[in-house]
This record gives sequence, C-alpha cells and structure tokens, in this order.
Amino acid sequence: MIEIIGLYKNFGDKEILTNVNLTFEEGKTNLIIGQSGSGKTVLMKCAVGLETPTKGEILYSGRPFTHSSLEEKMAIRKEIGMVFQGGALFDSMTVEENVAFPLRMFTNMSKSELDDRVNFCLNRVNLPQAHAKYPAEISGGMKKRVAIARAIALNPKYLFFDEPNSGLDPRTSLVIDALIQEITQEYKTVTVVNTHDMNSVLEIGDHIAFIFKGNVVWTGDSNTIITAEVPEVRDFVFATPLMKKLFK
Amino acid sequence: MLVFRTFKHPARNKFFREQFFRELEALGLGSIGIVAIISLFMGAVIAIQMAANIDNPLIPRETIGYATRESVFLEFSSTVVALILAGKVGSSIASEIGTMRVTEQIDALEIMGVNSASYLILPKITASLLINPILTLMSMFLGVLGGYLACLVTGMLDPPSYLTGLLFDFRPFNVVYSIIKSIVFAFIITSISAYRGYYVEGGSREVGENSTKAVVNASIAILFWNLILTRILLL
Repeated sequence: MIEIIGLYKNFGDKEILTNVNLTFEEGKTNLIIGQSGSGKTVLMKCAVGLETPTKGEILYSGRPFTHSSLEEKMAIRKEIGMVFQGGALFDSMTVEENVAFPLRMFTNMSKSELDDRVNFCLNRVNLPQAHAKYPAEISGGMKKRVAIARAIALNPKYLFFDEPNSGLDPRTSLVIDALIQEITQEYKTVTVVNTHDMNSVLEIGDHIAFIFKGNVVWTGDSNTIITAEVPEVRDFVFATPLMKKLFK
Repeated sequence: MLVFRTFKHPARNKFFREQFFRELEALGLGSIGIVAIISLFMGAVIAIQMAANIDNPLIPRETIGYATRESVFLEFSSTVVALILAGKVGSSIASEIGTMRVTEQIDALEIMGVNSASYLILPKITASLLINPILTLMSMFLGVLGGYLACLVTGMLDPPSYLTGLLFDFRPFNVVYSIIKSIVFAFIITSISAYRGYYVEGGSREVGENSTKAVVNASIAILFWNLILTRILLL
C-alpha cells in the first residue's frame, strides 16, 4: 500500500499540490487523472522521489519515503518499477540489454537465469522477437512494452505509469491498458497510472483520483465517474462529443 | 554536490568496468586521430616559425629543435591539446548526458535505485584521467616528430642539428609538469561537461546550449588552471 499524507508542493511562490491525501492499494489499478497542468505529474514525481514535497509524507507499506535517508530511499526504489511517458529506454542498449539492466545491477543471476528472465518478461509483454533491436528501431507501442518488461523485471511491489497511452493509437492503447491490468492482478502490485485518457479511465480504473489545480476534488472508480456530480470532473469526463453522445 | 554524488555509492564493479572500458574507447581511442594530426602539424609549424624567426648568426641553428621541444612539451601537448579535447570530448559528454536527462533516462536510473551520477560520470572521469596523460605523451612525441619532418621536407635545418637541439638541456621534470597539467585538465573537462549535461532542463535546444556552455566553461577553466599550475610548478 502507498499512502500519501498531507502532501504539498510549491515551485517558488506557486503552489502546485495542496494537501493531497491518497491511498493506493495493492492488486488495484489506481488512476490519477486531471487536465494538463493540474499537478498529476508532479504528484507522481513526488511519489517516486524525483521531486521533494514541500510538506507531507509518503509511506510505502508503512515505511516513510519522503524524509528518509538516501540509502533508505534507494532500498525502496528497488521495489519500484516505473514506465515513463516516452519509455525512457537506454538508447545505447538493445531491447534485451534494457530489460536485463536492473537484473544485472541488483541480482547475481547467472547468464542462463538472466536470459530466462529477460525472455519471460519480453514474452509477457508480447515482444518475443525484438531482443536485438535498439530503441530507435522500434515503434512507440513497442517501446512502451519494453519499458513495461523492464519495469517488471525485478518483480516490483509498486508500479508507476506516466501517461502510458500518450502518442499511441487506440488499438495499441487498449493493448497497453490490458497489460497494465493483467500485470497488476497477476503480481498483486500497487499500480499507479497517471493519465488523461478517458478510455483508460473507463477500462482499468479500479480506483480513481481526480486532481484539479493541485487538489484532489473527487475519488471513485470507473463505474462512479460517469455519475460524478463534481463540475470539474463532469467537464473532464464529457469533454469530447463522443462521451457526450454515449452517456448523456 | 554532483562531484560528491559521483564518488558516493558507485555502481557495481562489473558495471563500472564495462562503462570504464567503453569510455576509454570513446574518449581515448576516439581522440587519437585528431590529437595525432594536430600535434604533427603544429610541431611542424612551430619548427618552421622558429626557423623563420631565428636568423641571427649568433644564435645556433640547433635552437630551433630546442625551442620546438620546449614549446611542445611545456604548453602545446598539455594545454592546447586539452583545449581541443574540451571541444571534442566536452561537447560529447554534455550532449550525451543532457540527452539522457531530457529523455528521462536519468530519471529511470534513479527510480531503479541506481546512483545515476556515479554510474554515468565516474567512468568518464576515471577513463579521462588515465587516457589524457597518454594522449599528452603521444602528442609530445608527434609534435617533435612533426618538427623533424618539417626540417626534412623544407631543408630549413639539417635533421641532425634539429635532433641535437631536441636533446639539448632536456629536463625530465618538464614532462612531469605536462602530465600533471593534463590530469588536472582531464578532470576539468569531464566534470564541467558532465555537470552541464546532468542539469539540463528543457529539450534538444537546451542540450545544444549546454554543450556549448560546457566547452566554453571548460576552456576558460583550463586557461585559468594553466596559469595557476604554471606558477606553482615552474616558479
């Protein structure tokens, strides 16, 4: 479980996050949604330690993260897998080397064990043929899948996805969404997804937190978001003509 | 702060070794060509300029070899080669690390629990500290060889006289002085360039800007430390 308690984040005089309190449970796909500039990326960066909150605490299974030492942070980070918006694959390494990187860095696996694990992870994301390719040689959807394979290589307890569907076509987005949900349920991870894609919200939103101007203004799930009464949430959900046609 | 992080919590030995040899190849072997060409030509030019300027019958012609050696050993092979490497290696380091920053590859390392500063920068610094003195020694040899070839081709001085001047009043400390300078300059080039790349914010334009700043900052720092080291070591 990840608990975010009374989190504030300022950049200079500007308050980006205001008293955010959230709990992300394991085995569930937790979505942080909101308009661009609402603070959801900053919240995720605070959660994984890429930004330091101005105030507040984040607990990983009861262990304090925000105000812990670098050593303690690094220990928790080894239990975290993250898929970045652009994939953030190491461009000087092949697909296989990218997935093997955390295994080689943090385990003492033999070559055959390592190969088995890499093959398993790449097969899990349906990429059995891309081992020798470099990130520049594969498509955006494949990059996301390699990034997922790399993120799950060490069997993380906590999985973070930053805009996993950005730049992908609707069909590939569905594949990625399904993969996120399957992995979450299969490995019982605490999965946190930062998105503004309504398809993802409706497909995989076990627990949804809506952020507006740095405040969590609504929480619920994919069933209740359609009937949410909060005006900001309704504006967001029914922003497209398609959603208006479908649900109004 | 970044230097402190670079030397704290280094990556596993096998990763460090791999990265170290990769950097030796990239920063060292990749620079041999340009250092060799420049050293050879500059040595030849220095010798020709000496010959053109030393036409007083009271000054022995062997002075051409002596002056060429002193110029190459004391200043050219350490400082000028360092300035050239600041342009070649410095911009390469800053743009490589900067691109990794803006494409979130450094964030990905941090999330994995890897000390990105140590993983990326330490092998570059250590490889550079090792390879730069070797490049400097190579440059010294090729510089005086360039002067010798200039004598041979132009006939401005008979090669035996050049060699006599080359060996006249040879002080091994001048080689040590040059090596010390090359080590300090190697640290300046890699650390400043890595700093510029590591803290890039923005996109490709900012990566380019920071690469330029890395070269400019490193060049100025080299000139400044050249003055300090010369004062400390030669006076």
